[in-house]
Amino acid sequence: MEHIELFFKSIFIDNMVFATFLGMCSYLAVSKKVSTAVGLGAAVIFVMAITVPLNWLLDQYILQEGALSWLGEEYAAYDLSFLSFIMFIATIATMVQLVEIIVEKFAPELYNSLGIFLPLIAVNCAILGGSLFMQSREIASLDLAFNYGVSSGIGFFLAILTIAAIREKIRYSNIPAPLRGLGITFIITGLMAIGFMSFGGMLTGGDEPETKEETSRVIPSKNNTIEVSKEEASKLANNEKEIIE
Amino acid sequence: MGLLSKKDLKLITDPLADNNPITIQVLGICSALAITAELKASIVMSIAVLFVMGLGNLTISLMRNIIPPKIRIIVQLIVVATLVIIVDLVLKAFAYELSKTLSVFVGLIITNCIIMGRFEAFALANGPIRSFIDGVGNALGYAVILIIVGFFRELLGSGTLLGFKVLGDPIEKTGVYAFGYENNGFMLLAPMALITVGIIIWVQRSRNTSLIEDN
Repeated sequence: MEHIELFFKSIFIDNMVFATFLGMCSYLAVSKKVSTAVGLGAAVIFVMAITVPLNWLLDQYILQEGALSWLGEEYAAYDLSFLSFIMFIATIATMVQLVEIIVEKFAPELYNSLGIFLPLIAVNCAILGGSLFMQSREIASLDLAFNYGVSSGIGFFLAILTIAAIREKIRYSNIPAPLRGLGITFIITGLMAIGFMSFGGMLTGGDEPETKEETSRVIPSKNNTIEVSKEEASKLANNEKEIIE
Repeated sequence: MGLLSKKDLKLITDPLADNNPITIQVLGICSALAITAELKASIVMSIAVLFVMGLGNLTISLMRNIIPPKIRIIVQLIVVATLVIIVDLVLKAFAYELSKTLSVFVGLIITNCIIMGRFEAFALANGPIRSFIDGVGNALGYAVILIIVGFFRELLGSGTLLGFKVLGDPIEKTGVYAFGYENNGFMLLAPMALITVGIIIWVQRSRNTSLIEDN
């Protein structure tokens, strides 16, 4: 159940592009045609499915406070979490290179369709953002981390696919000249983000105990959405713990 | 600005308007939008980017002849990551509340495309001093947009600027609230950042028609 919940939550409610603005650069740059958008989206899913669980392992067994205790008692006090940026980005950059080499060797067709997008991905904010959110939301287990990676990737895929389709059609519309190209894309993305906010009510149905928090996120408050969703994540984690107990 | 030659001065003034990293080069949008609900956060983010970009461009430019081209992306990422860790630790030490607000977006300066873009386009081909100036210029261009967006979102969204109630008190109905003005809470939500930037682009391009795209 928590898998399904996390899956839909990361695709629709905490959508990478519309809720947290991650991966906007490639989202805007590569969304002129549907075919290229699909290529980039697929590559993002692929890379996130690998890097998020990998960074979860790094975080759990090396970086967190007390994570090194498997090495022995004297290492238990170390807290290497200040290194997480550098470790995460190094993992992502090397994994992207590695994936590129492997795909090129074993699946040349896939390489031809993903190929040019893979190097772009190393500096895609969505990938690093996925790992950092995984860390700050305290995703509880490896399979949940994998789930989070895949579903956030799908969220990005969905976003870039829809905007590419809209941009292909909007070429035939009569837009005020100064808004053409970038300007209108920004505004459409904003409108789509408003649409995606309506998914915020999705998790409130049924007898979920967190109904109150979900409705409070709709009311504009001074807290930005990211903070609220972080609270939710920690509450979710607490709920899980209770269920396990 | 007597210290700088005309050519160097152009490196600073160009990114402020006609070659703005956000509205023209479409770089660095990721971290630009999420944190602009408050003016203070925008300013701190701008300073962080200014620091990382100036020093990063300088470092890369100093190393440009010894970096093997094949692994340059990793080298660049490491340089940026190191600088960002410094920023993050400084923020955590001296402005803990603010670092909570900025949350993961400080870390995301690493993948801010402006930084990588300027490394690739400028620092790898130019001397250290010019690269430093270019980095500062582009960071200022980024800061201008961030501060404009942050200004309007905070003013219209919560009626404050940097936390000061400039429009009066919404509860006691003083200032403009006495005339029935209400805060537009919608401005604080994520989508309005996008629309605000869209409008900035609109205004900029209608003033300077040479920037208009064909389609």
